[in-house]
Amino acid sequence: MERDTHFVTGVYEDEDVLLDAITQVRSSGIKIHEVYSPYPVHGIDDYLGYKRSKLPIAAFLFGLLGTSLALTMQFYMMRFDWPMIIGGKDYAAFPDFIPVTFELTVLLAAFGMVGVFMVSTNLKPWAQPRIFDLRITDDKHVMAIDIANNSAVELAKIEEILKSSGASEVNKKSFE
Amino acid sequence: MQVTSSVRDPLVTGGKTYHDVTNDVSRHVEAKPNIRWFLAFLTSVGVLAIGSIAVVATVWEGIGMWGLNKTVGWAWDITNFVWWVGIGHAGTLISAVLLLFRQKWRTSINRAAEAMTIFAVICAAMFPVLHMGRPWLGAYWALPLPNVFGSLWVNFNSPLLWDVFAISTYFSVSLVFWYIGLIPDFATIRDRATGLRKVIYGALSFGWDGAAKSWSRYESVSLILAGLATPLVLSVHTIVSFDFATSVIPGWHTTIFPPYFVAGAIFSGFAMVLTLMIVTRKVYKLEDYITIGHIELMNIVIIITGSIVGIAYITEFFIAWYSGVEAEQYAFINRATGPYWWAYASMMTCNVVSPQLFWFKKIRTSVYATFALSIVVNIGMWFERFVIIVTSLHRDYLPSSWAMFYPSITDVGVYLFTFGLFFTLFFLFAKFFPVINMAEVKAVLKSSSDKVNK
Repeated sequence: MERDTHFVTGVYEDEDVLLDAITQVRSSGIKIHEVYSPYPVHGIDDYLGYKRSKLPIAAFLFGLLGTSLALTMQFYMMRFDWPMIIGGKDYAAFPDFIPVTFELTVLLAAFGMVGVFMVSTNLKPWAQPRIFDLRITDDKHVMAIDIANNSAVELAKIEEILKSSGASEVNKKSFE
Repeated sequence: MQVTSSVRDPLVTGGKTYHDVTNDVSRHVEAKPNIRWFLAFLTSVGVLAIGSIAVVATVWEGIGMWGLNKTVGWAWDITNFVWWVGIGHAGTLISAVLLLFRQKWRTSINRAAEAMTIFAVICAAMFPVLHMGRPWLGAYWALPLPNVFGSLWVNFNSPLLWDVFAISTYFSVSLVFWYIGLIPDFATIRDRATGLRKVIYGALSFGWDGAAKSWSRYESVSLILAGLATPLVLSVHTIVSFDFATSVIPGWHTTIFPPYFVAGAIFSGFAMVLTLMIVTRKVYKLEDYITIGHIELMNIVIIITGSIVGIAYITEFFIAWYSGVEAEQYAFINRATGPYWWAYASMMTCNVVSPQLFWFKKIRTSVYATFALSIVVNIGMWFERFVIIVTSLHRDYLPSSWAMFYPSITDVGVYLFTFGLFFTLFFLFAKFFPVINMAEVKAVLKSSSDKVNK
């Protein structure tokens, strides 16, 4: 095994071939580092055994925060801090508070969830992603296998399995 | 395998491969801007520059520069505001509502439609901001900020304040939704580029790597954002309509306003999307992505929403008569036959009659007819807002206060300014951003391209 090589990558042309290949590679005991695609491949999470994202929960919690902040703010300002009679309405005119409450719920849910997404996926303008192949964002699917994580399997064997599972190219890739 | 229907027409024609999609869309970002683009861009900047004279005049001299008077205290400004906000409804509708309904045809138009939404909302926001007179103090009037008067808070009972929250939430959530969709496409351009462009698009792409885990989260975020944006888009124009509906002015005080405004907004928004997309697809040669099928589907949305708007006009008229309230009856008779009859007639012709032409398949599949009618629809929608606002106000409760509204040159100039702003932003977008969502088109390519379906 060469010292510098850290990853073996299989390049796939078609998403259905890719999904079959994931099953084959995983069943032969090789751990997949990650699969990179130019677009979201339907159902790939199940093939890779990924759990469902918890982002909807984050959205819900942030939404809840938005609702409570909005209601607290409006009741505090309109009923307690500076009560004023406006058009003969009750100080705490609950129905009137609904639109702003709704908007702040949506605002916090959306921004909170997107914030969590950015942090968890490490999305930031100065991020330096590991690019296994420049064609990933164009038209190729790339399966990356970390050699260090698969010390039990020989390198030649990994390459052979990738080829037989339908990879059009098998490459080695190292990062500093 | 994805389930595909053999009876549906392909969404992407011309036997495109994934690589073709990348090339066809990235080409315009990578090429040097051509002379036609420069001419169009400079024209927009020119209009923006001329219009900004009116904006400066308004801020410097005050809103007395506008044609408003004691009776008609709201006219061009709010007409333009509602008109632009309405136009800004199509983008989020296309990207959010159609995503929830799994309408795959949205993938090739959602990017440009959302961009248009964002720019239209910026233009809309200009009017309430300028109408403040002293916009630099505006934050104290519009936001609940602590101040030295008590604190004397903003009035949460007022629909005008709800509007502040609705429009700013709508704008920022739409912007985030749009940007999340752009990230993978910026990565595509980054990976094709060298030098400075690679640095810029690399920063814009936020280090996107295309990992299955990232895509999984991306799809989760898109779906939840769509779920949040759907009620949001409906709430925005509902709240805009509350500006009128919660008042006691005859002609405004009606419960039909929220659904009627939302339908009108979608109607005008789709028309503006068509106006822009027909030109973009022609100039960028994207006919295989934005097909006649797309145009036809959007025209069908226009018939539906146009007919809802038409029924709303008639219902309003009927209810005014049926209510037995004289002031209400007079307001509607005056709209149709009073001094502003021509505005009412333009509204009826452009909004109710002209979209019905789309019942003919020949017309709704014709690019030229669609382009012409899309402009007619937006003229009609401008008149709708003008009719609702000005005709309801110009006949005050006391006949001695009756007045007419005449726009001043500054009114026209501020409106021009927003046009300049809108097109300047749109041309910048069309040059430097991928106008079609490449990743999403690729995701539907296999199940809906004529190459595979053959």
